[in-house]
Amino acid sequence: MARTLIKSPASAKRGDVIEIHTTIGHEMETGFRPGDDGKTLPRDIISHFSCHYNDELVFEAELFSAIAANPYIAFHTVATVSGTLRFTWIGDKGFKHTESVALQVT
Amino acid sequence: MKRGLRLLATLGLLALLALLAGPGRAAEPPAQTSTSSPNSTPTRRSGAEFMSPALQAMQRDESLNPAMLWVKQGHDLWQSPPTSSARSCVSCHSEASQSMRGVAARYPAFDSVSQRPVNLAQRINLCRVNQQQAEPWRPESPELLAMESFVALQSRGMPITPPTDNRLQTFTERGQQRYGQRMGQLNLSCAQCHDARSGLRLGGNLIPQAHPTAYPVYRLEWQGVGSLQRRLRNCMSGVRAQPYPFGAQELVELELYLAVQARGMALESPGVRP
Repeated sequence: MARTLIKSPASAKRGDVIEIHTTIGHEMETGFRPGDDGKTLPRDIISHFSCHYNDELVFEAELFSAIAANPYIAFHTVATVSGTLRFTWIGDKGFKHTESVALQVT
Repeated sequence: MKRGLRLLATLGLLALLALLAGPGRAAEPPAQTSTSSPNSTPTRRSGAEFMSPALQAMQRDESLNPAMLWVKQGHDLWQSPPTSSARSCVSCHSEASQSMRGVAARYPAFDSVSQRPVNLAQRINLCRVNQQQAEPWRPESPELLAMESFVALQSRGMPITPPTDNRLQTFTERGQQRYGQRMGQLNLSCAQCHDARSGLRLGGNLIPQAHPTAYPVYRLEWQGVGSLQRRLRNCMSGVRAQPYPFGAQELVELELYLAVQARGMALESPGVRP
């Protein structure tokens, strides 16, 4: 079970640009490093991140081997209506993690 | 021939380094941090003050500090018993925000059973073995670091208060002695960098004063959380000395001396370091 840190305002005025910070605990094994036995460790990274605002895609990112462990992603969106922000991280070995936070728009 | 020249050049460089490092200790007045009354020294600075404003903000903000990922795990471990027959931490200690407040600020402390000082990680493992009848966690294992970070967070902002326990005296003195003792192929002591040359640079990096104010820390270079012992061992391999193993008495004594030096400074744990 992955652990995440999400910083997102609980409420905003309509039309406001809001800033969202996300961090997820993940090894981000590059696929290039040798392990203790000398064999290359298989790649295990998060390869895709997306944010849906009331089911509408507002931000997405592709991640690659060069991203450090525990990837931190910050981005902006415009507050339009009250609803939920849904964050999804997808990666190797069937990794998938979803978190949701509520946003109150006044 | 070329190799021989290069070897000569390397030797020359090492000799130069030794020359630079050599008389420094004797010629310079003892640095502020190693005077007999460190507590009144106003010039003590936490490693956080040497960092960029962005990193400082990351450390302060609980929703940005990546060490909070470990804290979250520690909170879960606090609530759940290690085995079905054992008790959980919370069943004895109740809420950590009350019972663990200030605990991390007073470690290492004297353990009357083993008659030696133990650090916070060792205390957690002692509790695990004796009270929960569980296997101790490996040093630097994610679980141990998670629990240590979680306990340390409860003391955030509190002054470091090493116990005024006479039984610790000899151990602290041994830590102090080791702090000033040259070691490794580079033949450097902790004091030569962290007292005499703090604020200057070693390669591209600023040398901080050695104050253990933020451990366990999320170090960007490590891409993870590590303990003070990991940091100490890191420094030892840096001067090309054989590092003491995790949990070694020598490391705990050093931790003890550093805590005494940092008495009164605010605990920032879990911190962020470059």
